[in-house]
This record gives sequence, C-alpha cells and structure tokens, in this order.
Amino acid sequence: MDLQTLLQQMINGITLGSTYALIALGYTMVYGIIKLINFAHGDVYMLGAFVGLAVVLMGANIWLAIFVAMLACLCVAVTIERVAYRPLRSSIRLAPLISSIGVSIFLQTLMTLLKGPQPVGFPQVVTNTIYTVGLVKISTVQIIILVVAAVLMIGLQLVIKRTKMGKAMRATSEDLRTASLMGINVNAVISFTFALGAVMAAAGGVLVGMYFNSVFPLMGVMAGLKAFCAAVVGGIGSVPGAVLGGLFLGVAEVLGVAAGLGSYRDAIAFGLLILVLLFRPSGLLGQPEQRKV
Amino acid sequence: MLELNGVSVNYGAVQALTDVSLTVEQGEIVALIGANGAGKSTTLWTISGLVRPRRGRIIFDGQDIARMSPNRIVALGIGHVPEGRRVFATMSVQENLEMGAYVTKGGRKMREAMRRVFDRFPRLEERKNQLAGTLSGGEQQMLAIGRALMSRPKLLLMDEPSMGLAPMLVREIFAIIRELNAQGTTILLVEQNAHMALSIAQRGYVLETGSITLTGPAVELAGNPEVRRAYLGA
Repeated sequence: MDLQTLLQQMINGITLGSTYALIALGYTMVYGIIKLINFAHGDVYMLGAFVGLAVVLMGANIWLAIFVAMLACLCVAVTIERVAYRPLRSSIRLAPLISSIGVSIFLQTLMTLLKGPQPVGFPQVVTNTIYTVGLVKISTVQIIILVVAAVLMIGLQLVIKRTKMGKAMRATSEDLRTASLMGINVNAVISFTFALGAVMAAAGGVLVGMYFNSVFPLMGVMAGLKAFCAAVVGGIGSVPGAVLGGLFLGVAEVLGVAAGLGSYRDAIAFGLLILVLLFRPSGLLGQPEQRKV
Repeated sequence: MLELNGVSVNYGAVQALTDVSLTVEQGEIVALIGANGAGKSTTLWTISGLVRPRRGRIIFDGQDIARMSPNRIVALGIGHVPEGRRVFATMSVQENLEMGAYVTKGGRKMREAMRRVFDRFPRLEERKNQLAGTLSGGEQQMLAIGRALMSRPKLLLMDEPSMGLAPMLVREIFAIIRELNAQGTTILLVEQNAHMALSIAQRGYVLETGSITLTGPAVELAGNPEVRRAYLGA
C-alpha cells in the first residue's frame, strides 16, 4: 500500500470511525451510570436514520433532518428508559439487559412492518463535490460527517465537564448511592444520559444513511455491535475511550478492506476486540473495575 | 426535630431494622452506637431516603419523609456524611462541593456556602482544583463533611466519621463535629468508636441486630456496665 492509498484510507477510516464513535458514546455513558448494556441503542440509531430520511423526503435540508432526528430519538430513548428499564432498576442486573434486547427486537420488527425490510435509498441532499487536498480526496459528505461528529463530541465534552447536569452525571457514574445522598436527582440524571446518547446516535444514523445511501430496519444491528465493540475497546464507561475506540475500529476496518480482507470486513472489529481485551481487559482508556465494599 | 417511629426495614428476606424508634431534638448531638452489622448505616440510609422502610414513620420538622426521594429530603435540610467518606474521587474538590449544593438554587447561594466551607477548612481551598481521590484520608473526611454542609443542613447525619483515621485526626474530626453543633447544626452520629461518640453526645442509643436495646444520656450509657463491656472495651 503506497502512502497515498494509506492516507486516503485513513480519511475514509476516520469518517467511518467517527460514526461508530457517535454511537459508542451512548453505550459507554449509559453503562457508566447504570451498568447496563443497552442493546436497543443501535435501534435508536436506526430510528434516527429513518426520521432523518423522512424529513429529507419532505424537502428539508440535511441540517434540519439531523436536528429533527435528534429530537425524535431523544424522546424515544427517554421513553424506553422510563418504560423498559426504570421499573427493573432494583432487580438483578440481567433483567434490564434482557428488557433491552426485547426493546431492540420490538423496534426492528416495528420498522420492518412499517417500512419493509429492503434498504431505502437516501436522496442526494448535498451536492457531493470531491475535493483534492494534497495527496487525498475528500467528499462534501465526508466533511459534513467529520464536522458534525467533531462538533457533537466537543459539545458533549463541554456538557460533561462544565454544566451542573454533566457534573452530576460524573458523580452519579462514580457513585450512584452517594450522588443521591447529595441531593442529586438520580432519575433525572439517568434520563439525561439516555437523551444525550440518543442524540449522538441519531445524528450518526442520519449521517450514515446519507454516506452509504441506504436506510433499513436492521441497520442498527451490525453498527450497534461494532459501536459496542468500540466502547469496550476504548474502555466501557470512558467517554474519551468511546471516541478513541470508534476511530480505531473505523480505521482498522477500512485499512483491512484495503489490504484485501474485504470479505472479513465485519470480523475485523470483533477480532480487534478480542485482541485488545487479551492485553488490556479494561480497554484502552478504561479503569480496572474496583470492587466496592 | 427528627422522630423515627416503629421503623422496620427489610433487605429481601433479611430484616435489617426492627421497630426502631428514636428522636433527635434541635441542637443535640445524638450518638447511635453498635457493633458491625447492627443496622447503624441502614438507619441513616432510611432517614435519607435511600432505603424505604417497610413499616413506620419518619417525621422531620413535622413532615413524614419516610417515602420521599433522597433529593427532596436533602432539600428539606438533612445532610449526610457517608461511611467511608465516599468523595467523588475523579472530580475536583470544588466539584465535589458543588455536588453537595446540588439542591441549592442559584450560583450566589452556592458560592456563599462554598465560602463558608473554605473558611472552616482552609486546606480544602488550597486544594480546590485537585482531584478528591488524591487527598489524604483526613482531608477526604473534611471534604465529605464540607460537601454535606454545602446544602446548609439543619440536621447532619454522620456515618463513622472517624473510620480509618489516625488518632490525632480523629480528635480533630470530633472537635469539628462539636464546633458545628455549637454553631447550631443538629447531629445524629453513628460511630463504632463508642468512647469518642459518647464523649461529645448528649444522648445515645445502642443498636443491636436491628433493634434499639438501650437509650439514655450519653454519660449514663458510658457508665453502663453492659455498654462498657460490649463497646468500650472495659
């Protein structure tokens, strides 16, 4: 692989990876707060893609589509938490996990019923010019993905670091019991966390739909699994870890395909997951779990 | 000010508290002593709303708080210094204090509260940007106390504030408790260090396997042969 190809694939990999990162953030934040692997998260991403598509088909531009998809998924995710997870908060840890698998199947089936199983194309909403920068080519769609992902991640970081709610999120994820003793409304914090994760995933869904020109009810399955891998590779519970893991997996996948492993495309993420966990069981940036007395 | 009336708590099939009744009057320090696993922490968690009692009433300032959520109870004026300090290790000292003022509306009130905490614990001000996890044990205990004071509680629940501290620091912490009380904060103190606790409290309760077995003025409890044998190592 010459330098030009390598650089080009890096750009493509980072683009793909930043969409994984957007989804991975939701997994990692929810896990950080309530130790739940939210299997329905990939399907919230799928819903985001469908909502975005619907808005675009009504003649709106891509920004409005992303915005509406974010709002819609925010409501959906908060409702899911309220209906399917909160009532199970005090039962065994496996119960909400199984509930999330149920929600996932429900959303996939619902969308298959409504929209049919076939992928739907995404209308060309932006003039996709291809720019040449030095050795590499980058398209308008790629630039949009990178910019939206970067803005959202920086925004998320600011929310977590600076706002009262963000600080409460960190406190709750460190010690839920003590957080509630301090007067933090833990239920509100959990809803807020689901909302943040859903907003990120929804944007990811619209961007991916546009990038690959395809939206379908099961699109959240593989993307969700890979993003989950990204979150684990980065260190589940760690926000920077999710971003790093997403980019890492995206780049690895694209480079793997370019190196002739195209038929193993989906296996690359899982292979890397196993490899990373062998050497760093808590992920790249994860903290080893401390046993609380 | 605070009255527990026939409070029973279950953890699944295990009965953690049985028919616990106790009162704390305005301005008092009341000590709750007992062995490990007697239900001292459970009592405090129940008052703070973390654990729901199966039976009984908890009256604070004339209101039944037994079924309220923890955040509403904090807002009513009950602060909690948890066992083992439980500072938010990955957050700065200042952020920890902000979390203590979570129910406080408005930045000005919060800054005033923080000013008061820093005046009381200058060491915390020196280290306000440091991560709480990097503080020494004594400093973490001060932070845990300062954090609970941020909501300006009328009643402060303190769970084993002397745990794991060197004797000199234990004396310092107890001096702080006495000072807080002198300035008007009512205190319900849970301690395994019964000797220290009874030396600063006005009244005490002895908790054994989830029930109150003895109660009386602290001096009397400290002189009670049974208490001396079981908790004072005499």
